[in-house]
Amino acid sequence: MRSLFSRNETLVALIIVAFCVVTAIVEPRFLTITTITDLLRNGIVIGIFAIAAMLVLVSGGIDVSFTAIAAFSMYSATKLMIALGVGDQIIVAFLVAAAIGLTLGLINAVFIGTLKLPTLIVTLGTLTAFRGFLLTFVGSQLITNVPPGMRDFARSMIFRGETPGGSFVAVPTATLFLVGAVVLTWFILNRTVLGRSIVAMGGSRESAARVGINVTAMQYFVYGYVGVLSGLAGIVHASLARVANPFDLVGLELQVIAAVVLGGARLTGGHGTITGTLLGVTLIVLINNSLIMLGIPSTWQNVVIGFLILLGTGMPAWQARRRAAASA
Amino acid sequence: MQTPNPSTTADPTASRLASPFRGDPTMARLLAITIAIFVVMSLLKPGLFFTWGNFSSMAFQFPEFAILSLAMMIAMLTGGIDLSVIGLANLSAILAAFVLTAFGPDLAAGGSAFGVIALAVATALAIGAIGGLVNGLIIAVIGIPPILATLGTGLIFTGIAVVLTEGQAVLGFPAAFSVIGNGSIYGIPVPLVIFAVLAVAVAFLLNRTAFGLKLYLMGTNALASRFAGVDNTGLTVRAYLLSGTLASIAGVVLMSRANSAKADYGTSYLLLSILIAVLGGINPYGGFGKVGGLVLAVLSLQFLSSGFNMLQFSNFAKEFIWGALLLLVMVVNGLQFGRTRPRAAAREGGNP
Repeated sequence: MRSLFSRNETLVALIIVAFCVVTAIVEPRFLTITTITDLLRNGIVIGIFAIAAMLVLVSGGIDVSFTAIAAFSMYSATKLMIALGVGDQIIVAFLVAAAIGLTLGLINAVFIGTLKLPTLIVTLGTLTAFRGFLLTFVGSQLITNVPPGMRDFARSMIFRGETPGGSFVAVPTATLFLVGAVVLTWFILNRTVLGRSIVAMGGSRESAARVGINVTAMQYFVYGYVGVLSGLAGIVHASLARVANPFDLVGLELQVIAAVVLGGARLTGGHGTITGTLLGVTLIVLINNSLIMLGIPSTWQNVVIGFLILLGTGMPAWQARRRAAASA
Repeated sequence: MQTPNPSTTADPTASRLASPFRGDPTMARLLAITIAIFVVMSLLKPGLFFTWGNFSSMAFQFPEFAILSLAMMIAMLTGGIDLSVIGLANLSAILAAFVLTAFGPDLAAGGSAFGVIALAVATALAIGAIGGLVNGLIIAVIGIPPILATLGTGLIFTGIAVVLTEGQAVLGFPAAFSVIGNGSIYGIPVPLVIFAVLAVAVAFLLNRTAFGLKLYLMGTNALASRFAGVDNTGLTVRAYLLSGTLASIAGVVLMSRANSAKADYGTSYLLLSILIAVLGGINPYGGFGKVGGLVLAVLSLQFLSSGFNMLQFSNFAKEFIWGALLLLVMVVNGLQFGRTRPRAAAREGGNP
C-alpha cells in the first residue's frame, strides 16, 4: 500500500481526479463526451512527443530538440509533397517526414552516442540549429493551403456520432498514431531485449556496458526512434491544424518534458512507464484546456505546470534522499 | 591543441591550486579565435565594423547577455545548469518596473529620482537573490536535478511575470533610470562598466576566496569535496543564490536599455548564455572554467553577431549558426575533456 502511494502514477491520477471533480462542480458543462473527445484531440501530438521523450529519459538522457525535428520534418515534407504534385498521397508525407525525422534524430545520436557529449546541451544546440536551418533554407512562410491528402486525413474519423444533447462527437483517425506509438513503445520497452537493454543503460551505463550491451548502438536507436515519432507527430499536427506553420511546435518541449517527469520518468535514467507518461499528458492537456473552466485565467498555465514539475520530481527525489539518509 | 594543457593534466585541481593564473593554451586558442573574428569582420566590412560607432554600440549590446553568462557559469561550475536565468531576470525587472512606475509620479512632486531608482534596483536584486535561493534549496536540499529544478522554477518565474503584467510591457520609467542601460561615464558605456565590475568580482570570488576554491573542488568531484569536509549543500545553495542575483542584474540592465520590462524579453539569451559558457571553456560537467575565457567568448560572439548583421544575415540564419557553433565547440572541447576525464564521463554516463 505504501509503495502504491509513493508512486508518481498514483499521485498524478489523484490530481487528475481531483481536478475533474472540482471542474465538474464549478462548471457542469465540463462533464460531457465532447470535452473528452476535445481533450483527446488536443492530446494526440503531445502524447506522441511524450512517449518519445519518455524513452529518452529512460535511456538516461534528455531531449529538447524533438519539437524542432517535428517542425522541420512536417514543413519540409509538406513542401515536398506540393512540389512533387503528390498532394493527395498522405502516405508520402508520413514517409518523408519519418525519414527526415530519422536523419535529424541520428544527428543527435552522433553527438550523444559517438562523441559522448552532455545530452541537454547537445539537444539545445540541435533544437536551435534545426529550427534556424528550417527557417533560413527551407522556408518561413505559412502553408495555409495544405495538400488535399492532409485535409482528408484530418477529416477521416474512426468514430463519428451525435450525443443525445445534439452535439457532434468524433474521434479522428490521427488517434491511431498515438495508439500505435503507445503500443509499439510499450512492446519494445517491455517485451524485447532491445528495450530491456535501454532500461539497463539508463539505470547504469557502466554496468550495461560491462554486461555486453552496445551502449552507443542503443543511443542511436533511441534518438533515431524519437526522430521518426517526432516527424510523424509533425504531420499529424499540421493535418489537424490544416496549416503547415514552420514556427509551430517549438516551445512545446517544456510542457512535454513536464508531462513525462510528472508521470514518474527520472532524469537519472532507468525509470519511466507508459501509464505514467499518459497520465502526465492527460494532466498537462487538462491544465492547458480546462484551467479556464475553473475560473483560473490561462495566464496561470506556466505557474501551474512549473509547480507540477517541482512536485512531480521533488517527491521521488526527497524520498530517495531520505532512504539514503536512513540506510547510511 | 597539441600542446600540453595544464588544465588537462592528470591532477588538474592540484595544478590550479598551485598557480591559478598560469598560462593556459585553451585561453590562448580562444584569444586567437576572438582576434581572428575581429580581423575578418574588420576586413569584410571596414567602413562599418571597424568604426568607433560600432565599437560603442557593441559595448552597449553585450553586457546584458554577458552578465547572464556569468550567472550560467556559476551554475555550471557546480556541475549543474540554470535554465531559469531569463525568467528570473524578467521577473526581477518587472517588479523593479512596478516600483519605478509606482513611485515615479512622486518625482514630479519633488521626490528624489536616485532614491526611487535605488529602491527599484534593490527590489530586483532581492527578487534575484530569493529566486536563486529557491533554486539552490530545491536542488541541494530536496535533491531535484538542476535541469528539472530550474526548468520548473523558470516556468514559475516567467509565469508569475506573465500573471503580474498580463503579458504586456511595463512602461513609464523616470528619465534618469535609462542611465543604467544607455548612459556613459567618461565615454565608457555604463552597462560595460557594470559588467566589468561584476566580472572582476566573480573572478576574485572564484580565484581568491575559499568559496571559489571549494566550488571548483565540488564541481570536479562532489564526493571528494564532501570527504574533505566541504558543506556541499550550503555551497550549492550559495552558488545558485549568486547565479540568481547576477541574473537579476542582467534583468535591470536589459530593462533600462529597452526602457520597459516584459515577461518574454531576452528569450534567445538562454541558448546564447550556455553557448558563451561552453565556448569560454566552462565544462558542463562542472569544476572547470575561468571568467577570462567567458569574457573572450562574449567578445567573439558579439563580433560575430555584429558582423552578421552587417552582412545582412537574417535572425534565423544567426540562430542556425549559434546552434551549430555550440555543437562544434562542444565537440572540440569534449574531445579534450574526454581525454582526461574518462572515469568521470563514464560515471555520469549519458546523463546531462
